[in-house]
Amino acid sequence: MTEVLLDTALTSPMMVDVAEILILALVIITALAFDFTNGFHDTGNAMATSIATGALRPKVAVALSAVLNLVGAFLSVEVAATVAKGIVNLDGVDGSALLTVVFAGLVGGILWNVFTWLLGLPSSSSHALFGGLIGAAIAALGMGGVVWDGVLAKIVLPALLAPVVAGAVAAVGTFVIYRITRSVPAGYQEKGFRWGQVGSASLVSLAHGTNDAQKTMGVIFLALVAHGSLSPEDGMPFWVKASCAIAIGLGTYLGGWRVIRTLGKGLVEISAPQGMAAETSSAAIILTSSSLGLPLSTTHVATGSILGSGVGRRGATVRWGVAGRMGVAWLTTIPAAGAIGAACWALAHVIGGPLGIIVVFAVLVAACLAMWLHSRKAPVNPDNVNEEWDPAEVPVPATVRAVDELVAAP
Amino acid sequence: MNFADVAVSLVKVIVVGLVLGAGLPAVFALGLRALSAGTVVPAADGDPAGVRVERSPAMTLAAAACFAVVGIAVVAGIAWIVSGGH
Repeated sequence: MTEVLLDTALTSPMMVDVAEILILALVIITALAFDFTNGFHDTGNAMATSIATGALRPKVAVALSAVLNLVGAFLSVEVAATVAKGIVNLDGVDGSALLTVVFAGLVGGILWNVFTWLLGLPSSSSHALFGGLIGAAIAALGMGGVVWDGVLAKIVLPALLAPVVAGAVAAVGTFVIYRITRSVPAGYQEKGFRWGQVGSASLVSLAHGTNDAQKTMGVIFLALVAHGSLSPEDGMPFWVKASCAIAIGLGTYLGGWRVIRTLGKGLVEISAPQGMAAETSSAAIILTSSSLGLPLSTTHVATGSILGSGVGRRGATVRWGVAGRMGVAWLTTIPAAGAIGAACWALAHVIGGPLGIIVVFAVLVAACLAMWLHSRKAPVNPDNVNEEWDPAEVPVPATVRAVDELVAAP
Repeated sequence: MNFADVAVSLVKVIVVGLVLGAGLPAVFALGLRALSAGTVVPAADGDPAGVRVERSPAMTLAAAACFAVVGIAVVAGIAWIVSGGH
């Protein structure tokens, strides 16, 4: 008798409502967590060069970037009603099934973001999110859940082109700058271009805020529509905008110092003229491409620009080994995040209901905690971010190191 | 968005990228060069240290113009972002 009563109680309309709201809440929290990781992962894109040359002190740089990202997030006007449109086709699911796919995708994105941060490798947060969503969509809907044409046109092609275009523009800019200021005393040059760096880095931060916070807003909007609290034609609720703006601002302020260090010291030994050329190139390309609806990853553009600024200056140090490792991380982002997303979806699906989501959420928290604790063994912070880059410095997992050693052995 | 559209957009990005992304730093560099235009010329009496010639007003004006161009471009960029970026 009690069994029947319990069963009836648990499936009563009120309990179902509670379950749905719980799922929605967890999805929104996870989305904001992704936004936060997006923030600290991408701080370096705008500020690494300025920090490396001393144009801005580390803490000042991340504070400035945080404020600009926050402002930029509020400025993003586009109603991001459907995120990943043209990449995944989620028409086949709705309600809590859709929420589960979105949730799994977010978890995949977050875990890859935190993992690459731990390795100090700049990688695209957009790709991490898309990868997670693609993986979850395939797990839930099969290959038909993905718009493969869209993946090619909107993800793969831009990923290949962005660093090359950015590198070329920055290389030209760097070359021209050094040519023009050949006769200018070195001290003057450095000082003058540091000012230029502050301006260009600020622009990139603003552009990043407008571009990237939208993704999370779109995800939360999608979750709200799936839950039924919003209809697709509604405007973006202010609380969604505000929470995403704050999340990305806070993440930016935290500053992914490991990534900042790789971008500012690990790839190229940067001087102020190179820094300004790199960031101006990034700003121009990011803003132009977003206006044309051609989404380019801010990370790919920024990294390409920094490499280009190294190429454009005769005698500059460019560490192609580090760039290569980064390239590998970029190539594996979508498959890796996809695999994680698919696995998370499977776990949540097998357990079922809100409990499935809660379990995956617990796994997410545990994994992030573990990675964060591991990072404390060799922390990078504002005080050591500008130290000389040791050629043997390894933002690289043990397995890759082992392979390197094997290859290097006579 | 098909591949032809992507190709056209890409060309636009490259062109604008070069003009603004490489062009603005170039203008900035010109401004810096104009600003540091005081030079040391050989002294009439053979003094090895030479004589410092002050930067001419024309050069100061040129420097100001260059920085103004960069400043306007930056402000225009921000205004464009604020207005929705399309």
